[in-house]
Formats: sequence, C-alpha cells, structure tokens
Amino acid sequence: MSHLSQRLAQLKSENRAAFIAYLPAGFPTVEKSKAAIEVLVKNGVDIVEIGFPYSDPIMDGPIIQEAADIALANGTGASEVLEILGFTTNLKVPAVVMTYWNPIEQYGISKFADAIKSANGSGVITPDLSLEEAKPWISESNRAGIDNIFVAAPSSLPERLNHVASACSGFVYAASLMGVTGTRTSVSSSAKDLVSRIRESVQTPVCVGLGVSTPEQAKEVASYADGVIVGSALIKVLLEQSDFDTGLKELANLTKSLAEGIRQAR
Amino acid sequence: MSTTAETSSSTNLSGFPLGHFGEYGGRFVPEALVAALDELAQMHAQTQADPTFIAELDELHRTYSGRPSIITEAKRFACYAGGARIILKREDLNHTGSHKINNVLGQALLTKRMGKSRVIAETGAGQHGVATATAAALMGLECVVYMGEEDTKRQALNVARMKLLGAQVVPVTSGSRTLKDAINEAMRDWVTNVADTHYILGTVAGPHPFPTMVRDFHRIIGDEARAQALELTGKLPDAVLACVGGGSNAIGIFYPFIEDASVRLIGLEAGGDGIETGRHASAITGGRPGVLHGARSYMLQDKDGQTRESHSISAGLDYPGVGPEHAYLHDIGRAEYRPITDKEAMEAFSLLSRTEGIIPAIETAHALAGAMKVGNELGPTATLLINLSGRGDKDVETAANYFENLKI
Repeated sequence: MSHLSQRLAQLKSENRAAFIAYLPAGFPTVEKSKAAIEVLVKNGVDIVEIGFPYSDPIMDGPIIQEAADIALANGTGASEVLEILGFTTNLKVPAVVMTYWNPIEQYGISKFADAIKSANGSGVITPDLSLEEAKPWISESNRAGIDNIFVAAPSSLPERLNHVASACSGFVYAASLMGVTGTRTSVSSSAKDLVSRIRESVQTPVCVGLGVSTPEQAKEVASYADGVIVGSALIKVLLEQSDFDTGLKELANLTKSLAEGIRQAR
Repeated sequence: MSTTAETSSSTNLSGFPLGHFGEYGGRFVPEALVAALDELAQMHAQTQADPTFIAELDELHRTYSGRPSIITEAKRFACYAGGARIILKREDLNHTGSHKINNVLGQALLTKRMGKSRVIAETGAGQHGVATATAAALMGLECVVYMGEEDTKRQALNVARMKLLGAQVVPVTSGSRTLKDAINEAMRDWVTNVADTHYILGTVAGPHPFPTMVRDFHRIIGDEARAQALELTGKLPDAVLACVGGGSNAIGIFYPFIEDASVRLIGLEAGGDGIETGRHASAITGGRPGVLHGARSYMLQDKDGQTRESHSISAGLDYPGVGPEHAYLHDIGRAEYRPITDKEAMEAFSLLSRTEGIIPAIETAHALAGAMKVGNELGPTATLLINLSGRGDKDVETAANYFENLKI
C-alpha cells in the first residue's frame, strides 16, 4: 500500500477529508517551490501534488499556464520535478506527480515509473492519458509499485466511468466540472453527483479537483469527498505578490484557512 | 502491413475504432472529451454510409463551394520544373479560396445532426477560420475562431473576413501565439462547452476521429484529380505533390492514390530558414515521435517532450506537429517528405504568379517549389500532379514585404 493510500485510509478513520495541494515544480524557481511546499505542509496540507510543467497544458486555465511558463523558462525538466518530489517525500508527506503524457513517453515509461518510486513518490496523475492508451503505463506503474490516478469527468457515461474508476489506484480524481483548472465562484453541483456515481463502482477514495479555491468551497467538498484538491488558488497568491516572502506568508494564511474549512466539514 | 493506412482492428471501450495508424494517432485527451469524441466518431461512421447525408454534402459541394474543382496544366511553369508535365488541382478556386471548405462543410453538417448550436475553430493562416465562419453563417451556427496573436497580425485580411462573416475572432496570447496555441485554447473552450459546441478541427491531426474524419472529407480532392488526370493524360501521374503542415490537403489528394504503387506521394514540409538552423516547421524531416494535441505523431520537441516552436513564413504551415497518417505513410515508405525553405517557397510563389497568372498561397508555394525539384530530377517524361491548395490573396502583404526587403 502506498503512503498515499495509507494516509487516505488514516484520514477516513478520522472521518475527515484529505487536503491535497497542487504546485508546479520549479515555480517560481526550484528552490522557491521547495519553500512553498514546506509552507503547505506546515499549514495543514495532507498530500502534495507536484505538477510537471508542460508547454501545452490543455486542461489548465490561465493561472497554471502562467506558472508553468515561468517554471519552463527557468529550465524545469524531469530531473527538477524528481528532485522536488524527493524533497517533498522527505518532509514525510505523501506526494504524487501530475503530468501530461508526452513528458513521460519521452523520459521512458518504465524509467519514469522507477524514478517516481525511487523518489518515494506514491503515484502519478495523468490528465490526458485516455484509458485506451494507458495499458503500457498501467503495467509499468504496477510493476514499479506506484499508483496510477486517472481523471473522471461529469460527462463520462456509466460504463465508461466504471472502467476509469476501476483503473485507478490511490484515489480517483473527480473533475468537479466540465472545464479547465482555475478559480471559480462556486463549486459545480455536478461534483457531488460524480462522486456518488464513482462510489457505486469502486471502493477507492474519490478526491475532487478543479475550481475549488475558497475555505467555504473546500468545506462543502470535504463534506462528501475523500479529498479536496486545490491548485490555482494557491498559485494565484504567489503570482500576485511581487515579493516572494510576502507571497509565502499569504500562502500560509490561505492554506491554514483551507485546512480549517476542510476540518470543519463533518 | 497494409498500405491503406488506418488499422482499425483495435476498438475503444465503447466499441468504436480507435483510429490508430500503426503506432500513431489514437486519443490522448482529458476524459471530459471522450464522450463527445465517441459521439462524433459514431456520427461520422453513420453518415459516411447515409445517402441523405452524402446527397446533402454533395449538393453543397456543387452549388455552394463550386466542385468539382478543375485541373489546369501549367505549361509555362513546367519550363522551370525540368520540362515535366505539371497538372494543378485547383482547390484555390473553391469558395473561400482553399481546400479547407471541404472539411468544414462536412463537419458543419455533422454539427447540425448532433443538435449542437455553436462551433469553434483554430486557425493559422486564417483559411480554416474563414471557411468555418462561412459555413457557420450559411447554417446559422454561432462561431468563435481562436487565432494566435502573431497570426492575426500576419493575416489581418482574413481576420477582417471572419468578422464580416459574423464570427468572433479571439487572439491567443499564450505560448508562441501561433497555431499550436490556438489549438490549445480551442481545446480548453471545447472541454468547457462541449455540451452545445462542436470543435471543427481544421486538419488531419488531433484525437480520433479527427484524422480519419477530416481525411474522409478531403479525399474528394484526390478522387476528382485522379479521374481528371487519367482523362487528360491517359495514365496515372508519376508523382503527386502537396504541402504539409498538419497535412489535410496532402492527405486529401494522396489518399485515393495510396494503392497505386507506381505513383510517388511527396509531401513538402515548411523548412523555414533551413532544417540545419533549427528554425523550421518540418515535423517529419526534423522531429521525432511524441504526443501533441491528442495524438501520437512526429513533432518538434526538446528532450523533455516540451513542444518546440516552429518557424515558417507561411502561417498555415507554422505548426510543430503533423497528422498521424502522414507519420505512418512516412514510416512504411509509402510517402516521402522533404523540407522546402522560405526562400525556395517564395521563389516558386513568384514564378507561378508570373508564368501562369495564378497567385498561390504561400503554403501551396512549398508544393510548387517541390515540383520544381522533382521535375528536374525526373525530367520531361514525367507527369506531376500538384495540389494547388489555396490562393494567395491573403499573402499579398507578406509577399510584398518579403520581396521589398530583398529589393526584387
């Protein structure tokens, strides 16, 4: 069982949803992204999701695009992503990598799975790897002993949703809405429906992402999901502050209030 | 290995063909799009065999876009192509000025059948955007076109045309601000609005079923040209040539010749400043296999799999990827792909204008430059069929600047 699964099981026994935070590796620099991750972990984040910055992120809105561009301009590549993953797991927090497919294919599927394992990573989220194309990755991630996490969508038909959810280990990533990452004023009602539909097929924990940005929204999602994934809202805080240390303070405040929201949910 | 490229023995979870061309193609997309792609694949398969749909599209071809397009023998231009017999397939004479309308009319009809009211499109040179805006106006669909900010400047005339046709043009300011980024933005729109929106992708790239579907809507070019060339010359051409960016006009004219083993299929990629400079848009000649925009194919990328920016004087070829069927045809040796530099293309652009009174699109000029090379290699006994995929009105300013700078 991965660190990720152990942590999710432990939180379930405590009757609380997990707080999962996303940050792109190398944003705004490798060292500063490590500092930001430390802030997240100190202020109540349970699981860290490290983004592999990519040139053509079709599932991401303007905030993550901008952060990824900054990370890429700083030369962030596979070795930096893996370095930051290792740094994060050394903080004794379960961590996964979220990446579009081409960087894995170019690194080498088998080699990438091994590298995640060596850095004590729990698994990989692959937002654009359709299940039909996923066989080689599933077999390599199983061999390496890491979780493979796919994204389920509100538009998935029942049989399809069952296949997607069944292919996931660690957790099922439920996209709260039809759209890309970013902050939203409210959480779509489709999120709750999707979580119950997924639970009809599998026992695997279901975590909700896309558009969760405020403590109120986090609290709402945490009342029914096994985990709440927040990305753009955290990155926005860092993007908006020209001084990084001020940004980190703001990040600590937002993280704390999101964590409180999640802890008050049930 | 079969030369009819699509290997459709594998099916996806819903039972539809996966659209693999050997190891290329497939579907690498967010799960949110899968249901829409399945619906589209199913609709495409159904309508391919539906006499009502076929008749409807055929009538639009005849009475709206002006098909069949003619062929023209370019006798004066031939003197610069080793004296080879040069036959031009005149897709430039279609309504809206390029081959793009063939695919757009087909997909717009599918949009209506699926009960969707809004279409989106990406465009590079603006030809696909203009064609989409045109079909949307004709069929009463809302239309949004994503265009890289860089391209809106290079192709200002086409931006104005799209607006006149009632479309909204959204300049894309992310990434390299060209066609690749316009596709990203269109994908993001589609993921968000897929319930009422169809994405009219303009080339034979993207996730299944686009490469197959767009090819099927363009094969009319090759079907007509094959019969026309046979009638004119009494034999099949020795080679068929077309420019290749995403590769839609090329696959359209190549496809009906794939089983004709004697016919060489030659795709001309945008060589920009030259392959050796790294500043080019030749995915097959200067790239390697990877996944971009939902399919596996050749593409320009760095060691980490980050897409590299492409460079070409031609906005329509300025794309770091290429359709997966071309990747397959290249690997099995059925088609050959060569780069043409900006300079070579512009020489051919000028030459066709002066010798035949036909101003080609700069995209198309790459195919003409290829014809000059291949004609000189094969000599006067050869017959070359060239897809004259678009007209050059939109490029007059780019050409004027180019030749002004060179003091020609």
